[in-house]
Order: sequence, then C-alpha cells, then structure tokens
Amino acid sequence: MNEILDALREAFGEKVAVAHRIGQTALTLPKDAIVDVVRFLKEHGFSILLDITGVDHLERDPRFDVVYHLYHLQLHDLVRLVVPVGGEQPELPSVTQLFAAANWAEREIYDLFGITFSGHPDLRRIMMPDDWIGHPLRKDYPLTGLGPLPPLVRE
Amino acid sequence: MAYTQEQIASQMDAEPGRGGNMVLNLGPQHPSTHGVLRVKVELDGEQVVRSEPVIGYLHTGIEKTFEDLMYQQGCMLAPRADYVSPIINNLCWVLGVEKLLGIEVPKRTQYIRVLFAELSRIASHLVWLGTSAMDMGAMSPFFYTMQQRELILDLNEMAAGYRMNPSYFRVGGLMGDLPPGFPEKLYAFLDGFPHWLEEYHELLDRNPIWIERLQHTATISLEQALDYGWTGPLIRALGVPFDLRKTNPYSSYEDFDFDVPTETEGDVYARYNVRMREMGESLKIVRQAMDNMPGGPWRVADEKIYPPEKTEIRQSMEALIYHFKLFSEGFMVPPGDVFSAVEGPKGVLGCYVVSEGSSRPNRVHIRGPSFYNLQALPAMIKGGMLADIVAAIGSLDIVLGEVDR
Amino acid sequence: MATVDDDQSVLFTSVKKLSAWARSNSLWPAQFGLACCAIEMMATAASRFDLSRFGAEVMRASPRQADVMIVAGRVCQKMAPVVRELYDQMPEPKWVIAMGACASCGGVFANYAVVQGVDRVVPVDIYIPGCPPSPEGLIEGVMRLQKKIREGGRPVLPLMTPATEVAEA
Repeated sequence: MNEILDALREAFGEKVAVAHRIGQTALTLPKDAIVDVVRFLKEHGFSILLDITGVDHLERDPRFDVVYHLYHLQLHDLVRLVVPVGGEQPELPSVTQLFAAANWAEREIYDLFGITFSGHPDLRRIMMPDDWIGHPLRKDYPLTGLGPLPPLVRE
Repeated sequence: MAYTQEQIASQMDAEPGRGGNMVLNLGPQHPSTHGVLRVKVELDGEQVVRSEPVIGYLHTGIEKTFEDLMYQQGCMLAPRADYVSPIINNLCWVLGVEKLLGIEVPKRTQYIRVLFAELSRIASHLVWLGTSAMDMGAMSPFFYTMQQRELILDLNEMAAGYRMNPSYFRVGGLMGDLPPGFPEKLYAFLDGFPHWLEEYHELLDRNPIWIERLQHTATISLEQALDYGWTGPLIRALGVPFDLRKTNPYSSYEDFDFDVPTETEGDVYARYNVRMREMGESLKIVRQAMDNMPGGPWRVADEKIYPPEKTEIRQSMEALIYHFKLFSEGFMVPPGDVFSAVEGPKGVLGCYVVSEGSSRPNRVHIRGPSFYNLQALPAMIKGGMLADIVAAIGSLDIVLGEVDR
Repeated sequence: MATVDDDQSVLFTSVKKLSAWARSNSLWPAQFGLACCAIEMMATAASRFDLSRFGAEVMRASPRQADVMIVAGRVCQKMAPVVRELYDQMPEPKWVIAMGACASCGGVFANYAVVQGVDRVVPVDIYIPGCPPSPEGLIEGVMRLQKKIREGGRPVLPLMTPATEVAEA
C-alpha cells in the first residue's frame, strides 16, 4: 500500500494530499486530476470501484465533495478519493470509461445533488421521476419535499 | 404502467419494427422482478438484443431521513434498506458509528452480532432460493425454505421482540442480552437445518429443468464483473475468493473457522451452488459462536453512549441525567468520515458516514451491493433468450430496497 | 344440528347476501409487493401461516384477475402513478388493504420520496398497523375485510375495534 502511495506522490506531486483517518487512507485531489488518479490506481491493482457518492457541506466553499472508494483485491485495502467541487453548476469529469460501475452512481449523484459529470454517456435522472424539480439530497432541500400533500382519495 | 410500443421505443431510441425487433416492457409490477424493477427489452424474435433496467420505483429517501435522526435512531432505519437481511445492515451501521466514536464493544457482543448476522445470511439465502426457484416454475421449494426461515425469525423475535426488522444491534452494544432459553432453541434449529439443506438439494439438484435452465445461462467474464463492481456470491462464482469476513475481518470474524466457497463457471448454476454452500458455512459459524460464547458484559460501560439500566435510573440522579440526555439530544460523535464495510449476503455492504461533530450525521450513504450488481444485467442477458432474463434477475438476488434506497 | 336432513332442507337468503358471502371467501389478491411488507406477505402465504385457510391465497400476477390489492410497503413518488393504474385495471368490485405503517401514513419515512399514505392515491378499506405487520396482522386484516364485504358497506374502519364491540360481535 505504501509503495503505491509513494508512486502516486511521485507521479502527481503536490496535487494529491494523503491522509489516514480511522485506519483508512483518504486522498484529497482537485477535480482535473480525478480521471488520471483513478486510472493510476486501477493500473496498480485497485480493481473494484466500490462506491461513488456525494456530500453536501452547505456553508463550505467549495460546497460539495464527491467521494470515491476503490478496493484492492490482493492487498485487501481500501482507498478513498475526495474531490471538492463547487460553483454555480458543479461539474467534474466522469470515470465511466474506466469503470462501468460508475455509470449509475454518477447518475444518482446528478439526480440527488445536481452535480454534472462531463463525458458521461447517459446523464439522466435515475431515482426521481424525470419531471422532478430540485435535487433532494442537497441541504437546502426540505426533508418533506417542496409541494403540498395531495388530498385523500375516498372512493 | 401501460406503455405503447412507440413510447417505450422512443425512450430507448429504438425504432419499433426495425428489422422486426419488438420492444417489451417488464415491470415495475411483474411477478419475477423481485420488487419494483422495470426492464425495457428489445427483442429479435425471442432473443434479447438490448435491455435497460429502470430503477427508482422504490426510492425511499432513507439517506435524507438518516440526516434527520440521531445516531442511535439510525439503528431503526438501516435495516429497512435491505429488508431481506436486515440485521446485517444494522451491523454495518453500528460498526461505522462505533469506528467514528472510537469505541470497541465487548467480545460477547461481537459474538452475538456474528451469530445473528450469519442467521440473517441464511434467512436471506432462503428467500433467494425460494423465490428464484419459483421464477423457474418450481413452486414447492418456496414452501420448504420459508418454513425454515420462520425458525430464524422466531429466534429474532425471542431476542429482540420483533420478527423481521429487529434492530437488535445498538451503537455500543445490543438491545439486551440473549434471553434465557435461547441456546436450546438455537441448537434445535442448528440440529435440524442440515437435513433441510439436504432436502433442498434433493428437490432441485437432479431436476433436469432446473439444470438446463441454469447451466451456461447469464454468464459474464471476470473482467466485466470487476468493471461493474461485482462482489459477494456473484464474484465468488467466478473463482475470486473475495470475502470481507476473511480479508478484512470485523466483529471478531477472525476467531471463526469457515471456508469461502467458490466456483469457476460463473453461470447461474455456479451462483446457486455458491449460495447453497455458503448456508452450510454460515451454519458452522453460528454453532461456533454459540459454543464459544464468552461471558461478560454485552454493552459498553460508557453511559454517555449506551443508556444505563432502568433500575439504576430510579436510584441514581446521575444515571437519570445520562438517560435524559441520551434520549433528548443523543451522543455527540467527533467530526470525521468513515466507510464501514461488511460482507452482506449479496456482496459488500458499505456505509459511508460523515459526522460534523453533532448528534446527527451530516451525511449517510449506503453502498447497496445490489445497486452495482444490477448494472450488469444488460451485459448478462444480451444475446440470450427472453426466458433467461428471469433466471438472470433471480441469480443476481437483488433487493430493490437497497438498489433505490 | 346433526338431525338436519341435507336432501330435504332448503336455505333462504337474499342473492346479495349470498354473493357477498361467496365474494368474501374467495378474495384474489394481486401479487404485488413493494418493500419490507412484501416479504411478510410472502411469509403469510407460505407454509406456516397459510393464507389459503381464509380463501385469499390465489395471488394473481395480473391486476385484471384480482379483486384485492394489498399495498405491501412504501409507495414512492415514482411508483404512485403505477399503483393508481394497477388499481384502475382491477375489475369491480375491488378492495384495497394498506399493509403496514408506510402504506397507511408514510411511516418512518416522512420525507420527499414517499407518498404519505397510499390513501392519497387509491381509496383504502383496511389499514394494518406495524412495521412490518406480523403475518397474524395481515390475516386479521383480511378477515376484517371479509367481514366488511359480508356486511356490504365500504366505510373505512380502523383495524382496532373497541373491546365492547368485539364482545357484541
């Protein structure tokens, strides 16, 4: 694991910040490096993309984190990539050409957080209906939704 | 919903009637989709040309509700994501929060957690076996498997007071210790179950229809499987002995002696065999856990995390204060983030928890294995027959609750 | 009763009562599961609880052949139009059982994604509490529905009846 991290530091230099949190390795990197870093890790044996998800820190700038988890089948180790994104229309490059698993996960983040992924083959809503307004997992979206409740149906 | 040919075709950007192809809509209400999955299929005769699963019909907003509840209340919410193996979701959540808190529960608690998690794995595989056999047209296995599952639910009810979503594991311990009479009942189940496992094999193994429909059906290569993020029995059926219980043991799994069954063919039949053998291994773990059950406390001593006993509250002012604080405000969790991963019956079940130092999580994300496994469905059924879709969906063992969350 | 001669006896009843009696004892539910409650519904239909004792085990895969819709689980915003369409496809007379807290009122999921009670989409006859209700609960609900069909009415009854009414019945 440490050798991979050393090689990573050598290849990307200051761009990637490495931290160890509660026994897990977390890398923080800018959004333009994400595809290269994921490719680098895949070539070094991180063969399963376990998960991609988003986090909304409402008051922080940049506002969102997109979090990737990759797993190494031989070393049995996990690495977390944290990519901060922000701005009016948060956007970062898609990793679907590296891992097919990213397809639905990125669609889910687009649907629930409104973060777009450039280069995604089919970026549509996945969880909510196509005509839904807003992105529910954002912190400024109310828990109970935007509209009023529909009336009861009696007969 | 009833869609016209043109509507479905336009959603798939296919031309109806192009080269005689037909567009078919399966679900979301369909008896073999194991919930509310919808699959759009383009067919050439009976052969599948293209397909696209449509999900979201059970999007429950669990992750948003998590942010609204205190950490201890999350124990109630987590089981409702994958409701076929609720206790394992419960385990995943409490392990995540305990890692953030930096506490370790006593050995006895860890063993009891292993015991119930493995029972839950057996129960989940029994539901899978019964329903997927029913999809193949075999009705009887369903009645046989559900009958044994009831015995496991009885054990849940005995310990936690609730059959299906027991929420038995709490942050910092359990709901309570094992009740008196539990070991006897558990041993009765453990002694009886191997016979029934044999019976299931007898019902299906020599059934020519079962074998014909399962062998060489819905295969994909190992590269594709890794690409789609497959884990659990699906990847073990491709010959990769990846099991978090062995590779990254949690909750004292390193103390137990068990094998990780693998097959190499990677077809539906191999997945069936892997799951059947897993039930035997889980049975071994449960017996070991009960045989070697350590004594001692079943909860952490820290009363700022786990509420004091009711009898104590009536006598001690301090205990009353702790109790009041825990149930009105909850405990504070230091800031940080953690990805807790456990081996669920369907694959790697993960829980990503982000804390900002308050008594409610800032963000909770559940990595449902079914969500990633299901993505490979178009690759699995491409070029196959229409009827094989049912076999493929059955072998994926999806639970829409954790696909859509 | 042992002295009644079956060949000679005649039964007087109204057609309405007879048909209600027949209907109530051959309910065909739509095989339609949504979430957790669907697993308990499966358990109810399986060997231990055996819903067929009450004539309600013929789960039909098509709503066009069913007369009871057991809404087993949370109904989500995306699913709500589908549920309504399934209900519209069922032939009259038809009844709806809202199984569990989510189908009855949204349950623990008081959020944007879940319809707060399926009675905002289709009319409901019986509400069953529980998260999920035990199979005994579902059977009780089915029996309440049978009683309601025999009595001919459609007022929405709560599942919990006061003890005095139970004693009178």
